[in-house]
Amino acid sequence: MENLIALLIGAPLLGAAVLLLGGRRLDKAGHWIGTLLAAVSFVIGLALFADMLGRSADDRALYQRLYTWIPVEGFQADIAFQLDQLSMTFVLLISGVGTLIHVYSIGYMEHDERRRRFFGYLNLFVAAMLLLVLADNYLLLYFGWEGVGLASYLLIGFWQHKPSAATAAKKAFLVNRVGDMGLSIAIMIMFTTFGTFAFGPVLGATGETSEGKLTAIGLMLLLAACGKSAQVPLQSWLGDAMEGPTPVSALIHAATMVTAGVYLIVRSADIFNAAPDAQLVVVVVGAVTLLFGAIVGCAKDDIKKALAGSTMSQIGYMILAAGLGPIGYVFAIMHLVTHGFFKAGLFLGAGSVMHGMNDEVDMRKYGGLRKYMPVTFVTFGLGYLAIIGFPGLSGFFSKDKIIEAAFAKGGTEGWILGSVTLLGAAITAYYMTRVMLMTFFGEKRWQPDAEGHEPHPHESPRSMTLPMILLAFGSVFAGGLFSIGDRFVKWLEPVTSFEHGHPPISAGAITSATVAVMVVGVGIAYLQYGRRPVPVVAPRGSLLTRAARRDLLQDDFNHAVFVRGGTHLTRSLVYVDHTLVDGVVNGTAASVGGLSGRLRKLQNGYARSYAVSMFGGTAVLIAATLLMRAV
Amino acid sequence: MSFPLLTVTAAVPAVGAILTAAVPAARRTAAKWLALLVSLATLVLAAVVFVRFEPGGERYQLTESHSWIKDFGVRYELGVDGIGVALIALTALLIPFIVLAGWHDADPLETSSKRWRPTQGFFALILMVEAMVILSFEATDVFLFYILFEAMLIPMYFLIGGFGDRAHSGSDENAAAQRSYAAVKFLLYNLVGGLIMLAAVIGLYVVAGNFSLTEIAEARANGSLEMATSTERWLFLGFFFAFAVKAPLWPLHTWLPNAMGEATAPVAVLITAVVDKVGTFAMLRFCLGLFPEASKWATPAIVVLALISIVYGALLAVGQRDIKRLVAYASISHFGFIVLGIFAMTTQGQSGATLYMVNHGISTAALMLVAGFLISRRGSRLIADYGGVQKVAPVLAGTFLIGGLATLSLPGLAPFVSEFLVLVGTYARYPVAGVIATTGIVLAALYTLVLYQRTMTGPVKEEVRELPDLRVRELAVVVPLIALLIFLGVFPKPLTDVVNPAVQHTMSDVQQKDPQPEVEAAK
Amino acid sequence: MNPVNYLYLSALLFTIGAAGVLIRRNAIVVFMCVELMLNACNLAFVTFSRMHGNLDGQIIAFFTMVVAAAEVVVGLAIIVSVFRARHSASVDDASLMKL
Repeated sequence: MENLIALLIGAPLLGAAVLLLGGRRLDKAGHWIGTLLAAVSFVIGLALFADMLGRSADDRALYQRLYTWIPVEGFQADIAFQLDQLSMTFVLLISGVGTLIHVYSIGYMEHDERRRRFFGYLNLFVAAMLLLVLADNYLLLYFGWEGVGLASYLLIGFWQHKPSAATAAKKAFLVNRVGDMGLSIAIMIMFTTFGTFAFGPVLGATGETSEGKLTAIGLMLLLAACGKSAQVPLQSWLGDAMEGPTPVSALIHAATMVTAGVYLIVRSADIFNAAPDAQLVVVVVGAVTLLFGAIVGCAKDDIKKALAGSTMSQIGYMILAAGLGPIGYVFAIMHLVTHGFFKAGLFLGAGSVMHGMNDEVDMRKYGGLRKYMPVTFVTFGLGYLAIIGFPGLSGFFSKDKIIEAAFAKGGTEGWILGSVTLLGAAITAYYMTRVMLMTFFGEKRWQPDAEGHEPHPHESPRSMTLPMILLAFGSVFAGGLFSIGDRFVKWLEPVTSFEHGHPPISAGAITSATVAVMVVGVGIAYLQYGRRPVPVVAPRGSLLTRAARRDLLQDDFNHAVFVRGGTHLTRSLVYVDHTLVDGVVNGTAASVGGLSGRLRKLQNGYARSYAVSMFGGTAVLIAATLLMRAV
Repeated sequence: MSFPLLTVTAAVPAVGAILTAAVPAARRTAAKWLALLVSLATLVLAAVVFVRFEPGGERYQLTESHSWIKDFGVRYELGVDGIGVALIALTALLIPFIVLAGWHDADPLETSSKRWRPTQGFFALILMVEAMVILSFEATDVFLFYILFEAMLIPMYFLIGGFGDRAHSGSDENAAAQRSYAAVKFLLYNLVGGLIMLAAVIGLYVVAGNFSLTEIAEARANGSLEMATSTERWLFLGFFFAFAVKAPLWPLHTWLPNAMGEATAPVAVLITAVVDKVGTFAMLRFCLGLFPEASKWATPAIVVLALISIVYGALLAVGQRDIKRLVAYASISHFGFIVLGIFAMTTQGQSGATLYMVNHGISTAALMLVAGFLISRRGSRLIADYGGVQKVAPVLAGTFLIGGLATLSLPGLAPFVSEFLVLVGTYARYPVAGVIATTGIVLAALYTLVLYQRTMTGPVKEEVRELPDLRVRELAVVVPLIALLIFLGVFPKPLTDVVNPAVQHTMSDVQQKDPQPEVEAAK
Repeated sequence: MNPVNYLYLSALLFTIGAAGVLIRRNAIVVFMCVELMLNACNLAFVTFSRMHGNLDGQIIAFFTMVVAAAEVVVGLAIIVSVFRARHSASVDDASLMKL
């Protein structure tokens, strides 16, 4: 069975290679090949899953070792895979949701002449992400980690002719690279501390080194997670990444990429458990991002950017849960999976809306679309109910558990974290209701564009609606399925360990509070956007709204400090290199030249002056000789 | 007496150079094919060397030794260790691609006289450089090495000064002046370095009484040759200075951007991917092999210089407006990594540095040659003159991107393996230096992606609308290089197998042991 | 006669020759002054040979004469060709060999 693991990655990788190298011949069949190979990966994943369920809980991990990647004395990096329950969860999510997104893209990208290449990149993305979650050591994980970065670069910048897309892609890669720096430093510390970076030996030996080392490793891993998962302070790429085609956004936000950071922290649970300081920072980052993303999501009129803010916020929940330790790991992953369903559904729904609206993204120019796109409306609506935590749907179960765990952290910290997560839940309900109302309810607000084309909203083709329907099922039922009899907890417990949290107030009270704040959030949004007509031109808004529209000034800050500062630095260095470093050398050359210029005046060409110097020289020599004799 | 394989490997391109130069003026194409054949024959010989070399055997293999200048104890001594084998393979591998990429770079202009034979000269000079570089990787006699180290400047000077890039801004005279400035600068820098090395070589002879690397190293190891600390340090500095100019290390680097900018792209590859490697190679073999104590003494300073090179080169690359100069500064940054790996004095660092030499050669060749193809199409080296090429010439843009990704050390491509080894090896001994060097990976992403974005993406510029995509000859250059980058990125074992034992020898030269991991050390 | 007097004569001749080389501009005269210096040296050599009873000095004098003869041939040829080209025998006019 374990020999199938490599095939999980191999299938989409083969697809990427075939599609990218195949040339125009494959233009007609490219999307089918890509989708098929992603589906193959999913089927293999299911087979392995069935096999895994057949074994006892302690004996479920599978290992496959291919060969030694970098054989250098004392440095053994293997191409080897590990498939345990945690990886399995991710494999199914990535390949399952990934396949659905492939199917969706067949319709969505139908009119793009570079569709074959798009599917090649999608396959590459899935392959890299699978490598990331299947690696059995940190270096191989890093391989997948950067592969994900590359694939996201290619996909975000897929419409390269748009300068904004090219810039967004570059930004995503660069910000991610800052995170990657953290991961590589973490691996270096691991290597010097443990002499290896394979999961087993490193995570098993955390008791044998100092807490300081572990804290350093933990913080560096957190930096890496911040980059990939778009957490403060490396969150700025996520909003711009919406420049990519919508299926890419769905893939990045639901199945791949942003989930990698959560995976990394949960995978390194043993390190964080032994480094409470690092854990605290994780929690703080999660809490800050949770609110940050939610606030940004409230102010955006661009439907995709509003959803992007929402992703940031939801990932913040997961990071926060992961930072809580054994009481939170399982719920972080559970929320990740349910979020995978409803966020993919929401993005695909948004793509479907854009598809019918001539690629318009401004929600102020939507309105009343429920009549025109019934399927999109229903599936998007179910995703919406799931994300705000409507009782009984997926998001309710997973988010409620995180809020409980946050309270269970204990002490003042627990109260603060609990309130933050509750506040986040309220804001989530608010901005998602806003999106829902602006898009599907109210009066139609669209107008003919500059060339006189009026959008004709219409339902999307079957290939697009089918994935949306399937994802809607996931959004509705996954949470309940996982929670009945604590199935998900029991499934992951052997890997991540689990402790029951004991919140200071009863679980029932917390659940009631969660529902209550959700209702409040929905209510406020309804008062603002449901009762009154939505203006087509955005009002000026308060200071906070304006700041939130600009992503809370994060880009302005980055621009002022890094871009402007960096430009000045490089410019002045170019100047220094030219004038100072090169100048010293050129100056030496010039002074030698000047000296020889003066010396050459002696060569005046007059034979008699040469004769004088000869006589003079001889006389001096003779005099010297005589003097020496005399002495 | 066995077959002198090493001599033959170096002699074939040398003889080929003379033959190529002798081809009559009218048979220009014949000269090109001859040069290509000779370079391929050399590649076959290098492959034989690679296969015949036994990683587990003697340190220096395939040795040859003949008396040369008896009075001074100068001998014609050859021998290769794993590091030499890897670099000979790199050199022999790159030259056919350089020849192929420069196929039309030295065609005479229509106005030139019929008897003018620049094409023959161009390819003959390239083969001459190949012969000297290969022989310098083989030489185990310090004097012989010194002669080759200096002699290769002469053909390089003519390649830079005589065959400039035809894409330039400004008038022809201006370009000619720029070119001869670059060539003279190249020559002067390297001559000054060589002069100081000559003094050190003579000093070494005075102290040791002969020039044989193996004998001196052995005598030093078993204590029969004592060297005063200050003598050893001065001699080390003399050697190191010359190698640091060639490598090039900050602040002796300014000749490289000029030379690489003004030379044609294949010659630029020849400089940075082949000739400069002699400098870093010699640091490993001569500086560490002959002066272990002084090497350790100088390490802190050299590590700092290497770090400055890494960060400074990358920052300057970001600020460049000329594509080729950008690649040159990127190379300076990469040479910083190589030097850092050598002087980290750990197994991982030195293995990484050796792999880095090979991988950097391949990746820079890929990036620079594609850039050369692009430049020759549009006739401009300025980044601002391009835009949207991706739309017009997708294959060219794709290969350019892969070359760029290799430059920024993406996992899966060869340079990642070496860069990570260098970083880990450095971190193990100098954690702060390791962390500073890691910032290089962010900066590398910055300059590569900015270059790609400005040239390849965005709206298509009017001037590049008609740009043709890569031709068959150009694909024949790029595709094997990229295939090699990927292969060595996921399976570097063939290379590490050869390099590892040699690194162990070097580590024992300097009597250094790897720092033990904390957990194991505790046990 | 005291041989030392020949040395005085030699010194006198050499001084006259040297002064001529430095002062005169006419190439022929300069040339003759060079010859005069050479012969002054010859005289000194022969005198020393006589004083020390050693034949080496006389042999060197012969060598000098041979070299001087060869020099005359080359030198005069140069002077004549310079004169033909420039219509002047002044050494100061022929000052082209400078940087």
